[in-house]
Amino acid sequence: MNALRAQYPEEVERILAKYPAERKRSAVMPLLYLAQRAEGYIRAQDLRDIAEICEISITDVASIVGFYTLYYDQPLGRYHIQVCTDLPCALRGAEDFLRQLSEKLGIGVGETTPDGLFHLEEVKCIGACHRAPVFQVQGDGEIVFHENQTVETALAVIEALREQARAAKGEQA
Amino acid sequence: MSQHILLRHRDIPHLDRLEVYQQHGGFEAFRKAVTSLQPTEVIQVVKDSGLRGRGGAGFPTGLKWSFCPNTIWPHYVVANADESEPGTFKDREIMESNPFQFLEGLMIAAFAIQANTAYIYLRGEYWHIGKLLDQKIAELEAAGLLGEGLFGTNYSLRLYTHMGAGAYICGEETALLESLEGKLGQPRLRPPFPAVAGLYARPTVINNVETLANVPPIIQNGAAWYRDFGTDKSPGVKIFSLSGHVNRPGNYELPLGTTFRELIYNYGGGIPEGRNIKAIMSAGASSTLIVADERALDTPMDYESLVGLGASLGSASVIVLDETVNMAWLAQKTTHFFKHESCGKCTPCREGTYWMTHILDRIVAGKAAEADVELLQAVAGQMQGKCLCALGEFSILPVLSSIQKFHSDYLEKVATPSLEVQS
Repeated sequence: MNALRAQYPEEVERILAKYPAERKRSAVMPLLYLAQRAEGYIRAQDLRDIAEICEISITDVASIVGFYTLYYDQPLGRYHIQVCTDLPCALRGAEDFLRQLSEKLGIGVGETTPDGLFHLEEVKCIGACHRAPVFQVQGDGEIVFHENQTVETALAVIEALREQARAAKGEQA
Repeated sequence: MSQHILLRHRDIPHLDRLEVYQQHGGFEAFRKAVTSLQPTEVIQVVKDSGLRGRGGAGFPTGLKWSFCPNTIWPHYVVANADESEPGTFKDREIMESNPFQFLEGLMIAAFAIQANTAYIYLRGEYWHIGKLLDQKIAELEAAGLLGEGLFGTNYSLRLYTHMGAGAYICGEETALLESLEGKLGQPRLRPPFPAVAGLYARPTVINNVETLANVPPIIQNGAAWYRDFGTDKSPGVKIFSLSGHVNRPGNYELPLGTTFRELIYNYGGGIPEGRNIKAIMSAGASSTLIVADERALDTPMDYESLVGLGASLGSASVIVLDETVNMAWLAQKTTHFFKHESCGKCTPCREGTYWMTHILDRIVAGKAAEADVELLQAVAGQMQGKCLCALGEFSILPVLSSIQKFHSDYLEKVATPSLEVQS
């Protein structure tokens, strides 16, 4: 049984419909996003499921996960806080911004908060150079930009996400 | 410019709504093309307009469209929306705020080469734009502007979005095609060129978002109208993404041939806190540094004039650097970017960017000697002309030009090498 297909039957069909029937391999990237939606990372079972759907080897799928930066092969935190420090952002104080954010969160770059909610990352250009400092939040199957930030506004965004996660947990209970 | 051609949403509120876009002439160019023009006529108008690729290479758009052989089918069009050059954020504004003009341009391009399927390859970080375009495409299908038998003809067209996942190299058109085929984003050896063997080895046209957004007004108003803007060899308008040390960073749609001075001082409001300008990058991180002297500031920003400065227009991502910037530090920043984004296929790029970052880290940390600057220059020199795509070639531009034009910035860093290096 293909677990991914069982979990998201409509989405899998919608993705496959984008490409010629004999070119199923093209679906590997959208299927990886789909697999990553629930847990925030790609599990071994996902690799098998996607390989089966795309009719390619598990190694081929794993190589895609390794090549592209927005796929994760291990749980690093529910929300990835991705701060751009590339040249145009750095000229507008992004390095200081990241340093201060790291201090306030009490974790280094590449580390996760003890509650498992936030993973702090330094990333390359995200296309928001004129509104630096900027960061994006990757999590829950979405990527959301936050522009013209200060450490204070960034912490407010993070606090709101913490609340959101708490509320979702309450609903589940 | 009081009236925009590409950033029309700045003049017309809610242009991202289909009914508003149609009220302002939207999809008339597409209708005109499909119902009253031959594909070759569409290509001829675009050729005559002098429109050149706005993604960076500046290749004539109409000519690109004319290369697809009519002996191999199907044909594909792919919109390159993988905007990832540091300092570039123009395609994003078009897609976010004037999405239908971009989509209409893509649809006209598809008709021109008789493609029935077109893909939009977006960088993964533009997740919100992918969702937005999916919604707009659904609206076009519901309105009968996409689908089977358009306008009562036998022409059919479908559009699909495809999200990348964080790889700058996928902006290179053959790497983009590899990625769209579900493979690692690594450039292909050319020839064959995509126009002959592109997506799924079929004839494929790949155009940048801004290039495509130019197409509807050109079809609607004619080539002569478009040639009224810009210069003789670089006709038309261009969106300049202005960032770095300026008071008003942002996108500015201006005729090609506008000077750096006008962009930086008139539109961008000049340098913050009255500091002096030191250098300019005209093509994002992939730039040869331009010393911001009077001559450079008065240089028109068009394809030819920039070459005259030993630089290039690229995607017109103008990064302004004031006197506080040490250019060795700048080279360190850009080199780290290219090292991270090197796809690993070509050894000179993969190893060269790696060693350049190591040497530059030492230099910037004050742990290097003057000989290290020569070593850095040698490593960069060894990469030159040895990489399959432009990434490796571009990675050395800020390095070599900073050493050449701002050597004292390096000397400042290596003036007092620490004992660690000498031992």
